Amino acid sequence: MAEKFHVLVIGGGSTGAALVHDLALRGLRVTLVERGELTSGTAGRHHGLLHSGGRYAVQDQESARECIEENMILRRIAPDSFEENDGLFVAITDEDVAYRGAFVRGCAECGIPTREFSAAQTLRMEPYLNPLVKLAVQVPDATLDCWRLPMRFFATAKHNGADIRPYTEVVDILKRDRTVIGVRVKSHVNGQVYDIGADLVVNATGVWAEKISEMAGVRVPVRPSPGVMVAVRGRWCNMVINRLAPPGDGDIVVPQRALSVIGTTEWYTDDPDRLGLPEDHVQKMFEKCGEMLPVVRTAPLRAAWSAARPLIGDETVAGGRELSRTFKCYDHKERDGVEGIVTISGGKGTTMRGMAELTANVVCQKLGVHAPCRTRETVLLPYGAYYQ
Amino acid sequence: MSDNGRPGPKRPVTFKVFRYKPGDTDPPRYDEFKVDVDPRMTVLDALEDIRTSQDATLLYRHSCHHASCGTCAMKANGREILSCVTNVLELGTDTVVVEPLGVLPLVADLTVDMTSFADHFEPAGMTLLRKSEFNPKAERPASVQDYARYENCIECGACISACPITNTDPQFMGPADLAALYRALVKGDDLPEKLYALADCEHGAWRCHTAMECTAACPSDVDPGGLLMALRRRVTGYKIKRLFGLKV
Repeated sequence: MAEKFHVLVIGGGSTGAALVHDLALRGLRVTLVERGELTSGTAGRHHGLLHSGGRYAVQDQESARECIEENMILRRIAPDSFEENDGLFVAITDEDVAYRGAFVRGCAECGIPTREFSAAQTLRMEPYLNPLVKLAVQVPDATLDCWRLPMRFFATAKHNGADIRPYTEVVDILKRDRTVIGVRVKSHVNGQVYDIGADLVVNATGVWAEKISEMAGVRVPVRPSPGVMVAVRGRWCNMVINRLAPPGDGDIVVPQRALSVIGTTEWYTDDPDRLGLPEDHVQKMFEKCGEMLPVVRTAPLRAAWSAARPLIGDETVAGGRELSRTFKCYDHKERDGVEGIVTISGGKGTTMRGMAELTANVVCQKLGVHAPCRTRETVLLPYGAYYQ
Repeated sequence: MSDNGRPGPKRPVTFKVFRYKPGDTDPPRYDEFKVDVDPRMTVLDALEDIRTSQDATLLYRHSCHHASCGTCAMKANGREILSCVTNVLELGTDTVVVEPLGVLPLVADLTVDMTSFADHFEPAGMTLLRKSEFNPKAERPASVQDYARYENCIECGACISACPITNTDPQFMGPADLAALYRALVKGDDLPEKLYALADCEHGAWRCHTAMECTAACPSDVDPGGLLMALRRRVTGYKIKRLFGLKV
């Protein structure tokens, strides 16, 4: 019954990847279109943290709980995909030390296991840390590969019948009266323009959500919030190093391969295609992350780039880090009186599978399909299977 | 801190970009785009600038923007690079010629098809993780048995594009595969007999002519040429042991 419905997903990021996997497992016919290479939006270029949720354990407990739950699920369904080395929240100043109590309590409330270490123990584990470090709290952070993890979802979905079309850009949303009936796309391979009909369209385009929603005549409250990241040569820590403080600039160093990724900052933009790279933000990374790991200030630069978070929020809310990092699925029939289209927005890389489950539930409910989600238990194919 | 990319005045650079769309921009041609390049801009930044402000149909692959995914490999001024970490002004030319990788089948513009690459890689095991060699004396928390880290090889295809043998002999396994085979042998998870059989054939380790273009082109310190030499030594040792009935 499910297979007679066709769902069209716009956006080949981590959300789109997990979504086509979920929908294919539920037996739906699914096509995904992505204008560039898969994960060429935000999903490919964040710092690669498999979040323990620690960063949100005090101010944004909804996100923190989502993160730790999905963290554990991803390790189960994508084994041998992560640098599973845990992480530390390190206290450098007395203010940091004073934050310890609220942090540990918050983690406990959210189900994030912690363990504390003295300054001496911490330095024995991570000798490149600032020698003034006062204490550290261990959390189950890990490093994920931003390209290869979503590709495991795409590979599995493809082998379960999903039609994945990169290099295919949506140029218009097709409607009949107030109902979306499909999309018009342009192939960047051969230039051809053609239509794809669908029973339901899902807008999973992250920071480009408004570009797509405008084509459909609907609204989504997404605020693209870019941040700068820098990769330096050398793996100066084996565990993820975070600042034991409320979320702020330059509060994380993520080791990955033979690199250390330091990040990040935040500002707002209306143009997700032209983020720029503010030089003062780059310098701030060296300065702030250098407070935790002084060696990053002089390590050779490998790359400096920007990536934009898709924050959910309307124009009346000021201030970036106060906006929640949780995710929502918007049914535009309810919001805008337009049938046949939903938008999934917000979230973090770590919560890709949970975002997909929520969206697939909405899709199935709208189509009248009764199929439970099986992505919590289904082990994913290796990423190389995508090409076979 | 590296001098790479200190802020400064922008310079105009002309990009001569290879264009091909089967049945559309066919035969291939080169399009010229002018970009005002600042000292931090990479070839990928320039391509993004061209795509978002001059020609939305320009097709190239990219993902991580920091030399970890391998998707942005291409050629600049005739040499294999990762576009995301190649600084434009450091190339030192007023015109930069941008082309797709060689050997791998062309999809369109700067985009190649990685299917054949992955097909070759699969028998070699595609090991993704290994033990971290960094800070070996550091203490570990009780929850971590060994620190793990991703392998250096990011499967970008630069070595395949640069190798003189892959460019002329489509049956050669190629430096990426053979280096991966060596890593799999060293890791010891898979049956060594199977791996040795793959390496010890006319299209395997013996087909290499030691040009070392692969090692020169590799952006990720894999040294595929060196690993291939090490693979030959291991295969030779294996065959000698078997000849004398010794335990391999």
